Formats: sequence, C-alpha cells, structure tokens
Amino acid sequence: MTGLAQLTRHRLFWPIVALVVLLLASTLKSHGFLEVTVRDGHLYGAPIDIMRRSSILLLVALGMTLVIATRGIDLSVGAVMAIAGAVTLTQIASSPDPGAVSTVAVAMLTGLAVCLVIGVFNGFLVAVLGIQPIIATLVIMTAGRGIAMLITGGQITTVTSAPYKTLASGFWLGLPVAALIAGFFFVVVALVTRRTALGVLIESVGINPTASRLAGVRARTIIWTVYVLCALFACIAGFLQSSNIMAADSNNAGLFIELDAILAVVIGGTSLAGGKFSLTGTLVGVLVITTLTLSITVIGIPVNAVSLFKALVVIVVCLLQSPVVQHKLRARRRQAAPVPVEVPA
Amino acid sequence: MVSKKIRTQAVAAGIAVLALGLTACSSGDDNTAEPGSTSSDGGAASGDAISVGFSQVGAESGWRAANTKSIQDTLTKDAGFDLKFSDAQQKQENQIQAIRSYIAQGVQYIAFSPVVETGWDAVLQEAKAANIPVILTDRAVDTADKSLYVTFIGSDFVEEGKRIGEWVNDNVATEPINVVELQGTTGSAPAIDRKQGFEDATKDNANVKIIASQTGDFTRDGGKKVMEGFLQANPDIDLVYAHNDDMALGAIEAIEAAGKVPGKDIKIVSIDGVKDGMTALSEGKINYIVECNPLLGPDLAKIIKTLHDGGTVEPRIVTQDGAFDQEQAKAALPDRQY
Repeated sequence: MTGLAQLTRHRLFWPIVALVVLLLASTLKSHGFLEVTVRDGHLYGAPIDIMRRSSILLLVALGMTLVIATRGIDLSVGAVMAIAGAVTLTQIASSPDPGAVSTVAVAMLTGLAVCLVIGVFNGFLVAVLGIQPIIATLVIMTAGRGIAMLITGGQITTVTSAPYKTLASGFWLGLPVAALIAGFFFVVVALVTRRTALGVLIESVGINPTASRLAGVRARTIIWTVYVLCALFACIAGFLQSSNIMAADSNNAGLFIELDAILAVVIGGTSLAGGKFSLTGTLVGVLVITTLTLSITVIGIPVNAVSLFKALVVIVVCLLQSPVVQHKLRARRRQAAPVPVEVPA
Repeated sequence: MVSKKIRTQAVAAGIAVLALGLTACSSGDDNTAEPGSTSSDGGAASGDAISVGFSQVGAESGWRAANTKSIQDTLTKDAGFDLKFSDAQQKQENQIQAIRSYIAQGVQYIAFSPVVETGWDAVLQEAKAANIPVILTDRAVDTADKSLYVTFIGSDFVEEGKRIGEWVNDNVATEPINVVELQGTTGSAPAIDRKQGFEDATKDNANVKIIASQTGDFTRDGGKKVMEGFLQANPDIDLVYAHNDDMALGAIEAIEAAGKVPGKDIKIVSIDGVKDGMTALSEGKINYIVECNPLLGPDLAKIIKTLHDGGTVEPRIVTQDGAFDQEQAKAALPDRQY
C-alpha cells in the first residue's frame, strides 16, 4: 500500500499513466498499433514513428530544460529551426552537387554557425545586458522567420539530396537516424550535467543567481552557455525537420514548437521558477506530446475537436501533478493524519 | 567560400529586417503627416499611370509566391500601372493598415486578398467614402453590404473539390475504395469548400468510402504527420485526397516510409498545381491535380482597365482552372510559370 502511494506520488507517475492510456486507446482502435515489423530492412510501426517524431521536440526541449533551469526561457527556438533549414537548404540547392556528402556537411556547418551567432546574441541580451529572457528571445522569435524568409526569397526551397534525407528518413541498425541523433545528444547532456558539477551549477544559478555568484559560480558564463546550447539544439532540430519534408518551409518550420517544448519540460516536472531540472522528465513529457499527436489521428478525433482534446489531456495531467490536488486526493482516500506533501521540484 | 557568402547574406538579411521595421514605422507617420503631398502624387499618376494599392496575405506557400509574382509582373510601369504592394504577413491588422495608407495616399484602385472573411466593413466603408473601387482577389469577404467591393475574382473552391470527386468517380472508384482526406487549415474557406465539393461529387457513389479525415494545416509537415497516423490506423487505404499539393507531398514521404508506392499502391489526388506538386505528378507519385490558378495578375489588370475606361464588371469572376493527369503534367511542366 505504501509502495503504491509512493509510486503515485512520484512526479512522473501521472505523465506515464497518460502515455500508457494514450497508447492503449490507440491500440484498441487499431489493434496492430504497438506492433513493430521489419520492412525494407528496418523496423517499422507506430512505436518507431513515435521515436522518430519525438526526436525534433526532444532536441528542442533538451535545450529548453537547461534554459528553464537557470530561471530563463527561450521563445526563439522555432524561428531558429526555420533559419537553420533556410540557410542549409538554400546552400544545398544552390550548390552544383546537392547529393554530395561534402556539400551537405558544409551547408550544415554554415547552419550551425548562423545558429551559434543567434545563441550568442540571445545569451548576450540575457546574461550581459540583463534583459528579461522572455523579452530578449522574443526578438528572434518575431524577426527570425523574417530572416528565414529573406534567405529563401519567400519560397519553399525544395532539394533532392540523399545524404540530407538520411537525417530524418534514414535508418541505422534498424533504428531511425533522427532518433539516434536526438538520443545521442540526450545521453551526452545527461552525462555532462549529472556526472560533472555543471548540473548543480546550473541549478544553483536558477535557484539564486546572486548567491551563486557570491559563492564563486560564474553565473554569467553559465547562463550564456545554456542559451548557446539551446540555439544549437534547435538548429539540429531544424535540420531534422527540414530533412523530414526535404524542404525549407520558413513559415511553418517549428511553428509553436517553443510552446510544446515548454509544455514537455513542465510535464516532466521541471519548474518554470528555475532550479532543479529533470532530463528524464523532459523525455517523458516529449513522448506524451508526440504520442498525443499521433493518437489523435489514429483514434480519429474529429477535426474541430482536436485542440479541445489536446487541452483536456494536458489539463488533466497538470491537475493530477499539482501538489494541492494530490494532497486533497490522498486526504480523501484515507482519512488519516495529513501526509507530508512532496513538492515536485 | 560559400559559407562566407551565406553568412554575409544572413547578416544582410538581419539588417534588412531591422530596416523594414523602421521604414514601416516611419511610412505610417508620413501618410498621416503629409496627405497634401501624396494626393498631388495621385494627381500626377492619373495622367499617365493608374495607381493601384495591393495588400497581399503573406508568403505562406508556393502558391502565394506565384500569385504575388504574377501581380507584380503584370501591373508594371510599362503596362501603365503604378503598383504599391504590401505584404501583411497573415495579419488582418496589417492589411487594414495597408488599405488605410492606400486611401491616404489617394490611390485610384485598391485590390487585396483578405486573410480572413470578416471584419472588413469599417475600412471598406472608408475606401467607399473616398470613392476608391475595391477588388477582392483569391479570397472573399463576408459582408452584408455587397456595394463595398466592385468584384471578387478567384477560383471556386467547391468546384475544385467537385472536379477531384468526379475524376475519382470515373477513374478510381469503379470498385470499392477507402479514401482518407487531408484537410486544410480548420475553418478556412478553401478547406471547408474543397471538402464540401468532394463530398457532393462522391455522395452518390457507393464505392467511395471516406474512412478518415484530419487536418494537415496545408503544410508538408502536417500532411506527413497525419498520413503516418492514417497508415498506422488503417491498413487498407486506396486513395488520399489532399486539399493542397504541399500536404500531398508530405503524404508521399509518409507512404514511401511505410514501404508502399505512392501513385500505385495508394493513389493521391490534390488541388493547386504548384511546381513541386506538378513534378511529383509527372513522376507518377500523384495521380491527378486540379489547378487553382494563382496567376491572377492579367485578369486583375483587365478588370482595372475596364473600370478605368468607365465600363462595368461582374461582381463575381471565376478564374479558369486547368486539371492535369500524369501525361498532361509531363507535357505542361516545361512551360509552367510556378
């Protein structure tokens, strides 16, 4: 009984329940939903689709988690994705040999360089000039798509390039390349933040920047670094997104993804007030959101009710996670002495 | 070398964006500050060139880009026009502002593609009071007072859906088929009308069964995402009906990823006829496209000339849309302008 109570109190319990319910509902509608088969030499099935689809949001949410942990926020990630796609695909399209690996590599490095500049710019505004993060990153959020449109000349730039297509549609060892890329960065960030002091330093900056500076933590450098990382991850997400459709669609690439990323971080139990962060939580949050999107199509929610359905799922998960609601529920369940409430970090 | 060039371009782009923002602010001031000078401009223009203010929705798709190009290429100085063009970036307030500034500048004609259907009465009243005829292109406005605009020129979206449905009846639905539909942006006129037209055409055909319908937001990514879900949920899809080419292109990617052959295992029909769509059609990945003609420039020029010479025009002008199967696409592709 106590074991179960402890389990339900875990901050990831309800998001995982939501994930399982969505998967079950989809399986009821389409019986082979969870089946994974081998097709054309690679794995195929809805779970593989979810892995592949999650990779873009996971990369963005990974950067967002670090930024949020420093008590910041980065609204520019969607625009950065659009710029990354625009810069890279424009260069591939204008090169004489779009199918060459070297062309693709150079184009992607250019994209990364441009995004690096944006990350440095965001970090400068926040860490050095002390502008509120939500305002500082709003600059690129609004202007960024305009820049991307100028680069593509207002057109949707389409390319044919086998190496670039591999990023999102390719398979390696039977698994989607996109998922492997996102998984790689997830593991690297997890190791670097949890096996070195960096994670603790980021959390200390988020909890109290002044105190951590007085304690000798270089708060400015850390804040600057997380914005640069966030832009770079968004850039790689932009590569995956543009590779997915083999086109740079500046208007729609990564549209509103900043909100999905923030949502994933929050569902994962990281507080917007900064401080403690959970990368595993973010991963669960990302999976919930991606599965939700896929299950809407599979279950066959009517078009007009899609937004409402999404909102309902998110609200229910957030409510069940809320310490106040959890406390009330427990108090009702067993009318015993008040149980100490564990406040999710 | 190339990377340096692109980087310079990006920086230039950034500066250009800032500059655009600044000029937008300052031009707003100019219009209110010196109406005298702008009206004298208008007077001068009426002598030689016809001044036209055009407010475009934005640059959201390949279709829109072709539409913009057609208008800019037709209403030139050489053809006797003085075109003032503005891009509203999909925002109604930008369009209203642009139309107000055209009124202040005293243009002779105003043309625009309304981003949404409602909320135009006030600004169109102002244009009417200033005796400036308004021409709607591509999209209509929803107003009780039809005297607020002279004519609406554009495609008939219901008819487009109907033509797709008729082609499906004649060519595919000779045996029972399962159809999935990729709808446009929820609530937009083309999405509602194209759905309606297809349903009207196929409702009497017992062979056509629409098994799923979901919005793909008119984008490639949306089309691919929804199609992946459809493929998971329904093993027997025979035909995809996409409300535009971009979603059809996304669906092609999803079908190929599922190990099926688009155009053969699963047939695809769509509307628009943009270059990428036509290319896919000629490659056999799409089966039939009903065109939605974006080249409204010549028709717009003709209407304005007619009005300028004191003539009258019909309140609703439907553009002529072509339709292509795979062979016709191969023949037409080299000469396509968009």
